[in-house]
Amino acid sequence: MKYTPVIGLEVHVELYTKSKMFCSCSADYFGKKPNTHTCPVCLGLPGALPVPNKKAIEWCIAIGLALNCQIPTFSKFDRKNYFYPDLPKGYQISQYDQPFCVNGNITLSNGKKIRITRAHMEEDTAKLTHAEVNAKNVSLIDFNRSGVPLVEIVTEPDFENAVEVVEYLKLLQQTVRYLGVSEADMEKGDMRLEPNISLKRPGENGLPGYKVEVKNINSFKFVEKAINFELERQKELLEKGETPKQETRGWNEQKQATLSQRSKEEAHDYRYFPEPDIPLFTISREDVTKTKKSLPELPQAKLARFKKQYSLTSYDAEILTREKQTADFFDEAVKIGNAHNIIPKQIANIIINKKTDLEKTLPAELIRTIKAQTSRVTIDQSDLEKIVGEVIKENKNIVAAYKAGKTNAIQVLIGIVMQKTKGQANANDVKSLLENQLR
Amino acid sequence: MSNVKGKTSSASIDVDHVAILANIPISESEKKTFEGQLEETIKYIEKLQEIDTKNVKPTSQVTNLENITREDIAAPSFSQEEALQNAKSTYNGFVVTEAILEEQ
Amino acid sequence: MLNNLSLQQAKQLLRQKKATSLELTRFYLERIKKLEPKISAFITVCEKEAQDQAKKADELLSQGDKKPLLGIPISVKDNFNTIGIQTTASSKVLESYIPPYDATVVASLKRAGAVIVGKTNMDAWAHGSSTETSDFGPTKNPWNIKTLPGGSSGGSAASVAADEVVASIGSETAGSIRQPAAWCGVVGLKPTYGRVSRYGVVAMGSSLDSPGPITKTVEDSAMILNILAGKDKFDATTSPNIVEDYSKNLNKNISGLKIGISSKYFKKCESEVEKKVEQALKVFEELGAKIQEIKLFDPQYAIAVYTIIQRAEVSSNLARYDGIRYGNGRSKFGEEAKRRIMLGTYALSAGYYDQYYNKAQKVRTLIIEDFKKAFKQVDVIVGPTSPSTALPLGASKGHPMFGEMADILVEPSSIAGLPGINVPCGFSREDLPVGMQIIGPQFSESIILNVANQFEKNTDFHKVKPKL
Repeated sequence: MKYTPVIGLEVHVELYTKSKMFCSCSADYFGKKPNTHTCPVCLGLPGALPVPNKKAIEWCIAIGLALNCQIPTFSKFDRKNYFYPDLPKGYQISQYDQPFCVNGNITLSNGKKIRITRAHMEEDTAKLTHAEVNAKNVSLIDFNRSGVPLVEIVTEPDFENAVEVVEYLKLLQQTVRYLGVSEADMEKGDMRLEPNISLKRPGENGLPGYKVEVKNINSFKFVEKAINFELERQKELLEKGETPKQETRGWNEQKQATLSQRSKEEAHDYRYFPEPDIPLFTISREDVTKTKKSLPELPQAKLARFKKQYSLTSYDAEILTREKQTADFFDEAVKIGNAHNIIPKQIANIIINKKTDLEKTLPAELIRTIKAQTSRVTIDQSDLEKIVGEVIKENKNIVAAYKAGKTNAIQVLIGIVMQKTKGQANANDVKSLLENQLR
Repeated sequence: MSNVKGKTSSASIDVDHVAILANIPISESEKKTFEGQLEETIKYIEKLQEIDTKNVKPTSQVTNLENITREDIAAPSFSQEEALQNAKSTYNGFVVTEAILEEQ
Repeated sequence: MLNNLSLQQAKQLLRQKKATSLELTRFYLERIKKLEPKISAFITVCEKEAQDQAKKADELLSQGDKKPLLGIPISVKDNFNTIGIQTTASSKVLESYIPPYDATVVASLKRAGAVIVGKTNMDAWAHGSSTETSDFGPTKNPWNIKTLPGGSSGGSAASVAADEVVASIGSETAGSIRQPAAWCGVVGLKPTYGRVSRYGVVAMGSSLDSPGPITKTVEDSAMILNILAGKDKFDATTSPNIVEDYSKNLNKNISGLKIGISSKYFKKCESEVEKKVEQALKVFEELGAKIQEIKLFDPQYAIAVYTIIQRAEVSSNLARYDGIRYGNGRSKFGEEAKRRIMLGTYALSAGYYDQYYNKAQKVRTLIIEDFKKAFKQVDVIVGPTSPSTALPLGASKGHPMFGEMADILVEPSSIAGLPGINVPCGFSREDLPVGMQIIGPQFSESIILNVANQFEKNTDFHKVKPKL
């Protein structure tokens, strides 16, 4: 039988604000000595009260806008009540029915739109590790992470396979990095995801009557494995005529399997109610517009522009836009290169082949280096003509496109020639040679 | 907030279930006492159903304040010693608690 | 010479060098030692710390320092966190808990130079109106030790009434300052919600809690409010409204003042209480105030609203006490706390939220609007503080809503976040104090203090002291 996977995602992104969500303790907790970043608020001492971090809220809204969300005028915090030793107050301050961001979407490369239900602000829990102390199994608690700002991004169950999920995740990671609001490092736990997975029977209307939430996925590698394992497991159950249990499972890397998780609290009744310690929020339309305008060019837009404006292949453009720093560097280098007859492809090649350390080089320096190389070693004119001829022969499609009026296609050909000549030719010479031969 | 309409107007309380939710250990004798007392209280608060609240907005706060935030500036925290001074059990700078079993 | 000093008098004595802070502090510590076996107003007496603070105060006094409370011995309810000094909120859950930080109110008091002589008893977690639910035993009313002091700030009110301190700090969620002040015959001010910081006060009903002074005179109340009031960066719900000088308008003429009364508030009272408050209204009339009947929401609905909201908030606020980071485990909760946690949990649980919590929040809106309407007609509302005088010890036992009933007349204003003040207005046949409350609109502390002070100046009830 053919089952259709129904997958939704909850992703938690930890913001790298200077201070925590509701207190002034440093949020930079990773690798620090345990319990050295705490105060009455994040330890949940009697009488302590939360005061929200302005920057964290601004960043949450920026993330929402980057995901094409609507930002409602009214918003508030709520208490989500449950007991767990990593939750010092016995409740998590989160957002229930009036989150900062709602109804967004992201379009995948296959054209599919993934609907984003909401993006809301909350606080992280403490970190639990399990250990044996005095021959007894115990849990150790470090409250340094307690209260660090988190943005939870929830999608509709719009994914149908792990590949789509991974693409979405990479895009999300790239986006928050572009915004400069999180490192979104999965291994460090800055970005955590919980897919909920189920299978729809052929002909079944609506959503399946169960879903399985999978936790403990802390790298992109595991996402695919965990989802595929879970889909297979559920399929087997369904084929036996059983309905998989609605539960939370954890990915176990050693066993290469998802395992049922038994948490201490069995009843899931979070008893949400409006957080009385934090006044409500009214988000002005002016502020939303301002934030929207201040957003940087986002990864998908940048990728499209690089391909179009610089005539780069998808492959090149994708690598160059993976990180905002690289993309910015490239933009700048192209601008300078223009004045020296150096084409984008030449610059791209150098960056992609990692011939230069971007951290230590300025775009202008890179251009000087390219120029020095091209003027020092020059290629014999007849050799160059021969190569140009070969390239024209080998790239019939591009030639055809050029002849059909896509004049930009010549840039691609120049790029290929430059690559073949290992950058020894002058791009302008190549261009005129190409133009001559294609006439 | 499972905003499902209340089940009955004067429901009898499942004290055991509420005690689990509330993480409160109660004895059998307490259970009996609570059952009666909670029902007495519930009966009293049912009075509110007499009041028409159609089109009335709920008030969760009386201050009329809004958008109260703090700037994102980090300030000194407790020392590890201060943070742990009231904990019953600590180990290497961590707070110790009973093992939390997560996987079967 | 040191007996029955008001804050104002104690201040003068110190400034005029007729006594030192150390002498004053030792006088009270001695008195506490003598009276505590009878009254049990304190959970912790800070003998050493108080004397150290007094010595420091004396040094500053000799340098002419003018801090407003410099060298004055006061007590603080045990739900205010005090750095280095056990803070229990009268619960075994927090027995021997030593806070690593000060509540904002405590920090303000220290900054003002006050000498904190001890932490006062209360209903455990401030759940109650008797101080009988304290896990460390009840406090007795100094006027008759067979009766209750009221609560939850019963220890604070008793410590002031018994002259064990110059003044005290309490906290009110709905009645916890005014009602014990009424039963103990002292002045108790519950400020507007958000006027005084809640930071570091063990949370009870977070949308209701208001710390405030319990004093021997109205003037003292204003002086302390001057120190406590204001925006606190650690409490997002504190108001940025400017802090007035609350001592400035105390003596303003109240001729022409419009006082509202609601017969609904009087009907719920013992006849003696009703009579004394009616006599008090005559005093106001003689001072030129106009009394007029106003219509107010029946307070019985306020009880229901309060019960739901407060229990719900309590169930969440007490969730942090798991015995892991501090304190003892959840099995140490007393019966009253367990009952409240259970009801609050139930009211918030799946399927009941709309029926109870949301409904209560909506009626809360109606009560707020009701008061707004009333304050378009009158300047203040006057009524009895409590329907009865102090009840006998044991009266609260077995009544899950004892507190709500004892606080029926203060709950509506608490729900609306309004300020109110209790002033003594007579004595019953058993020589137990009767209290009257004056309620004003939000942030009208100046006005209600003025009205209260005019009453006090023209009566002698505050001068009568219990025989101990």
